[in-house]
Amino acid sequence: MVDAYKLIEKVVGMTDTKIKIKNLYKVFGADPKSAMEQVRNGVSKQDLLEKHSHVLGLRDINIDIPEKGISVIMGLSGSGKSTLIRHINRLIEPTEGQVVIDDIDILGMSIEELRAFRRNKASMVFQKFALFPHRTVMQNTAYGLTIQKIAEKEAIERSQHWIERVGLSGFENHYPAQLSGGMQQRVGLARALTTDAEILLMDEAFSALDPLIRTDMQGILLDLQAELNKTIVFITHDLDEALRIGDGITILRDGEIIQQGSPQDIVMKPADDYIADFIKDVNRSRVLQVRSIMVPAESGIGPHLDQNMPLEDALSRLSSEGVSEGSVVDQAGKVIGQIALAAAVEAIRRPERSSQDLQYR
Amino acid sequence: MDFFEAFPAMDRQGLRDLKKGIDSSFREFSRSYGEGIEDFFEPLLHFLVWLEKLLINAPWPIVIIGIAGLAWIGSRSWKLVAGTVIAFLVIGYFGMWKDTMATLAIISVATLLCISFGIPFGIWMARSDRVQAAITPILDVMQTIPSFVYLIPVVMLLGIGKVPGLIAVCIYAIPPLVRLTNLGIRLVDKEVLEAADAFGADYRQKLFGVQIPLALPNIFAGVNQTIMMSLAMVVIASMIGVKGLGLPVLRAVSNQYLALGLLNGLAIVILAIIFDRVSQAYGRRLQAHREGSGHD
Repeated sequence: MVDAYKLIEKVVGMTDTKIKIKNLYKVFGADPKSAMEQVRNGVSKQDLLEKHSHVLGLRDINIDIPEKGISVIMGLSGSGKSTLIRHINRLIEPTEGQVVIDDIDILGMSIEELRAFRRNKASMVFQKFALFPHRTVMQNTAYGLTIQKIAEKEAIERSQHWIERVGLSGFENHYPAQLSGGMQQRVGLARALTTDAEILLMDEAFSALDPLIRTDMQGILLDLQAELNKTIVFITHDLDEALRIGDGITILRDGEIIQQGSPQDIVMKPADDYIADFIKDVNRSRVLQVRSIMVPAESGIGPHLDQNMPLEDALSRLSSEGVSEGSVVDQAGKVIGQIALAAAVEAIRRPERSSQDLQYR
Repeated sequence: MDFFEAFPAMDRQGLRDLKKGIDSSFREFSRSYGEGIEDFFEPLLHFLVWLEKLLINAPWPIVIIGIAGLAWIGSRSWKLVAGTVIAFLVIGYFGMWKDTMATLAIISVATLLCISFGIPFGIWMARSDRVQAAITPILDVMQTIPSFVYLIPVVMLLGIGKVPGLIAVCIYAIPPLVRLTNLGIRLVDKEVLEAADAFGADYRQKLFGVQIPLALPNIFAGVNQTIMMSLAMVVIASMIGVKGLGLPVLRAVSNQYLALGLLNGLAIVILAIIFDRVSQAYGRRLQAHREGSGHD
C-alpha cells in the first residue's frame, strides 16, 4: 500500500517533502561572494579554479527529499556529495541558496536554534565512524543524550535499547579501539539513532567497511528503516549500494546534479553516457522490477506477478512454469499489465556502448 | 672611512640617558606598585609557607607515608612506591630532609601555579591563530632569555624571598605546558570534533567533553616538563632567597665543597625521577582507551 501511495503522489506531484534544497551553491576559497558572480555568469568549474583560484563545490543544487524514505545521493569522489550532506545540518555554510526542513529555512537559524535542531531533529553517521575514542560504546551511544543533559539513568536505558538493536550487547564497556570496523560503525549507527531524530544523515557510512560487512550493515539499515520510517539521506559512491537501499537516487558530478529518479529510472533511462557507463555492470535483473517493463493491460494470461517483483524472480517463475508470458498485478491483486519473457530478457541484457571514446571525459 | 671602522653607535651620553631612563622609570613603577603587587601575591606566599611548614614539621614517617600514598594513587605500581620510599629514606639519612621538604613545597606550588595559568593560556592559543601568533614569541623569550636577566626586575619589584623565586621558576617552567596544551588541542581529530558539532555540542561541551580529554596525553607531557624544568631552576631560585636543596648547592659552588654539591644535586635528581615516573604513569592510566588499539 505504501508503495502504491507513493506512486500516486508521484503522478499527482504532491510528495511530502521533508528537506527542500533550493538553488544551493557552494564556492570554496578566499572570496566566495565575488567568485559567485563568475559562477552566475556561467564560468566552468575548471576556469573558476584556474583563473580565479576558487573551487566550485556545488552548483545550483535543487533536491526535494521526501519524508520517510531513503534518498541516496551518489557520486564519485570530488563530486560534492559529502559537501552537500553537510549543508543539511549546516556543518558547512552555503555560499548561496536555501535548505528548508519542515518549512523552516535552517540557514536563518541562530546558533542556539541550530544546536537544538542538531540535537533533536537530525543526527549523522560518518564515513570514518568519528567515534569518541575516550568514551566507551555505551558513552558513545549516549553522547547525543549527554549533550541534551538528559538524566543518566534514562540515557543509559535508551542507549541500551539501540546497542541491542544494532547487535552490540555485551560490548557496552569496550572502547572503540577494541572493536572491528564493522562494530565501530554499529556504534556510530546506534549513536545516531539514540537521539530519535527524524532525519538521519549518512555520509558514506558503509564505504569504509569490507564488502561482506557492508552488505550486512545495509541489511541492518533496511530492517531498521522498515520499522522506523525515518527520513534518511544516504551518501555513497557505490552504485550497487545506491540501488539496493535507495527509494530515490540523485547522481552528482562535479558539483552538479545530472540525474534524479528511482533506481528503475536510473537503470532504464540513464541521462547521459556518464551514468550509462556507471550502470553497465549492474545486475539489472535484480534492480529492475516487473512494472518497469510491463505493457499496461486490463487482463492477462500466465502466472500473476507482483508489480514490484525483481525481474530475476519473475524470470525464474516464468521458466519454472514453462510459459513465456505473465500478468502483472498490483498490491490488491488486480491485473494491471502484461509482460513477455522476451521483453524481460531484452531488458536485462547488458547495454552496449556506442563508442569507446566516452564523451564525458 | 670612519663610517666603516667604528660602528655608528648611539653616543655614550644618549645611551646612558636611555638606560637611566628605563631604570628610573622601572624603579618608579616598582616604588608605586611594588607594594600592591606584593599584596597581590600575599595569599600565595601564605600557602607556600604553610605547605613548607607542614612538610617540615610533620613527623617524617607520616610524610613518607603520605608521599608513598600519592605515588600509589598516581602510578598503581608497588615497585615505584617502594623506590620512592627508599629514595626518601636515603635523602633523610644523608641529612637533607629539611631542604628536600622545602624544595618539595616550592616545586608543588610552582607546578600548581603553572597548571592554573598554563592550561588556560594553552586553550586560548588553540582557539585562535592570532593569539597563537602573539603568544608564541613571548614563550620563546621566556624559554631562552637567561634566567638572571629576569631575576633583576623581579627582585626590584618584589625584593628577595620566596615569591620572587616562585615567579622566576614559573617564568622558566610554564612555556612547555602552554605549548603542549595548545598542540594537544589542535591535534584533536577534526572528524571527531565534527561529530560533536553534528550532535549539537556547544563550545563548553566540546572543550571539556572532547578536546581536553583527547589532548590529555600532550597536556600531561607538558605538566611533566614543567615539573622537570622547575626542579632545574631550584639552584637559581636559591640565589634570590628560596630555601631548599638549591642553597647548599650554591654554597658548594662558591666554596668548592664537592661532596655537598654532589649529595644535594643527586637529591634533586631523585626528586625529578620520582615526579617524572609517577606523573607519566598517571598520564598513561588516564589513557585506558588506547589499550587494544592494535585491533583493526
